[in-house]
Amino acid sequence: MISSTSEKILSIEDLHASVEDQEILHGVNLVVKEGEIHAIMGRNGSGKSTLSKVIAGHPSYKVLSGSIQFKGTDIIELAPEERARIGIFLGFQYPVEIPGVSNLEFLRVATNSRRKELLQSELDTFEFEDLVKERLKIVEMDPAFLERSVNEGFSGGEKKRNEILQMALLEPVISILDETDSGLDIDALRIVASGINKLSQPNSATILITHYQRLLNEITPDFVHIMADGKIIKTGNKELAIELEKTGYDLIDTDTKDKKMAK
Amino acid sequence: MKSSTICREWLDSLPPTEGYLKNEQSIGREFLMQHGMPSQKDEAWRLSNFNKLNSFLSLPTITDNEYIKSQFQSIFPKKDENRERIIINPNENPNLNINLPNGIEKLNDSEIKENLGKIIKSTNIKNDISVCLNQASSSELLALKVKRNFNQSLEIVIPSIEGKSISTRIFLLIEEGAKLDLLQIFKGNNNSAQNHLIEIKLESKVELTHGLISLGEEKESSSICTLAVGQSEKSKYSLNSIHHGWDYARFEPRIIQSEGDASTIIKGLQVTKSKEQIATHSLIRFEGPNGKLDQLQKAVASEYSHCIFNGSIEVPQQAQQTEAAQLSRNLLLSKRARIDTKPELEIVADDVRCTHGATVSQLQDEELFYLLSRGIDNTHANSLLLKGYYDEVISNFSKSAEKWNFIEKLIQNIKQ
Repeated sequence: MISSTSEKILSIEDLHASVEDQEILHGVNLVVKEGEIHAIMGRNGSGKSTLSKVIAGHPSYKVLSGSIQFKGTDIIELAPEERARIGIFLGFQYPVEIPGVSNLEFLRVATNSRRKELLQSELDTFEFEDLVKERLKIVEMDPAFLERSVNEGFSGGEKKRNEILQMALLEPVISILDETDSGLDIDALRIVASGINKLSQPNSATILITHYQRLLNEITPDFVHIMADGKIIKTGNKELAIELEKTGYDLIDTDTKDKKMAK
Repeated sequence: MKSSTICREWLDSLPPTEGYLKNEQSIGREFLMQHGMPSQKDEAWRLSNFNKLNSFLSLPTITDNEYIKSQFQSIFPKKDENRERIIINPNENPNLNINLPNGIEKLNDSEIKENLGKIIKSTNIKNDISVCLNQASSSELLALKVKRNFNQSLEIVIPSIEGKSISTRIFLLIEEGAKLDLLQIFKGNNNSAQNHLIEIKLESKVELTHGLISLGEEKESSSICTLAVGQSEKSKYSLNSIHHGWDYARFEPRIIQSEGDASTIIKGLQVTKSKEQIATHSLIRFEGPNGKLDQLQKAVASEYSHCIFNGSIEVPQQAQQTEAAQLSRNLLLSKRARIDTKPELEIVADDVRCTHGATVSQLQDEELFYLLSRGIDNTHANSLLLKGYYDEVISNFSKSAEKWNFIEKLIQNIKQ
């Protein structure tokens, strides 16, 4: 889906960010263009989830320096809800349970917020039910989950399907999926991956944050980045993920050592 | 002015004792003359805002029926077809001019004499100020019975009058095997006060679903309500209550399972804003074996307001195999707001399963971020979270309660 004329959707330059006064990102650089699928891999604590939360505008994370541009506009000053409305979607590693808040109502309010931004008419309850039933098919999700509270009592797999359902409804420009494959059995992984593939559009992009190559067997990334110590230290294609699966993160350690030696 | 002086002036302002509640009036007035109003030394009133309590007493009680009629307007939502509505006009005999559905009747004099005051007395509360305030000032009684094996719905609405204080007294006898879906609405008005004393006797195998919506709404409104329920064996009592919008409110539900082997479910919610103070002091006593209780008391305090919960559960020796659970969950939405909660278990019986607990928290940042990250604006996200918090209580109300629009008020009135 990539073409030479593809526009930049996300452009991150020398991003430094902290949480609770501790700097986690030490200069991230990343460019994501229309139609691209990027995978970010790395050890626990390497800064992958922090990067996703910083892009989504989590208030606990502070940008210390650098820039994040979405379609050419700096979004650092935008509130999380504004970022979501313009088309930035974060699929949570641990989707939050919200007792008492109906999943259906939540999905409808969220969808209408995005539609409003796109200058589309807001959907009433009946119109929305038609839409959501259609989108449920993408993730093969039981409609009974709509009647329950947001993620409450959902299994790990059901939570992740609910995330992809939200992605299907919000039709984001860029989706950052943080360990969407964690906690999924083989069948659920295929369903979720198939949902992500179906939702990929030539004018949108996806960033997959993952530990395992198995997700990348289902969704072929155009670029694979490896993060370590709050930076992207290596970029390649799918072969890099396969190599990483074989050698483990020793590959990064060797590379880093070599670079230090060369200096 | 001292509270003792205010109490005396209030007593002096009352009309002379008269009518069929004359004896009750005398008992209440004599007690208050002798003991006066409570102070911070009284454990049950320790946290009460005495300035607000004094304001409660400073309002004149209703004496003029014509005045009342001119004040009332048709401000209530349309009643349900299958639920008879009784509007209690203060100082007017509520037993007159009411349409009672099939299976609900007025109690006769001997039934009233036999039952009135007995449940309240059985609660054994020392220095029972809330009850005495009502006894001293109530002049009329709504006394009804639901006949054996009937299944009925009823709505009782008690409005307030600007600048006035009203007292109402209700007694309900629910005969063996009957079922009642009762919805009570208390409505405040500007600078108004309400004082209620409700006694409900549940005979065996009775099922009572009791919804209580208590909305002050206007400025400087206050309410004191004592609810005493006596449960016979195999009866089921379910109370869902909401208190909101009162400058000062005190709710005292007291449930006595007199024979054991009964079931009680209580779901209460109090929501405060501004400088309001709302308190719930509950008492549940098991006087026989195999009793069951499930109690959840929720509170949300914002701005400078104050919520209080004192929950007492008594399980004496004879109440073996009691199963009781009490949970107080509280949400503090402002640094200046205050929540006091004290769940109390007093267990003498040795073969019981009783739990209690209390939590005080704030709206969860991660829940809020999750909603924001889906494009939902901050105000709407907070409203959804609040509604979610209320849901454990409000979802238990019957569908017909929705017409009182209390859910919208509970959300819109709370600033975060």
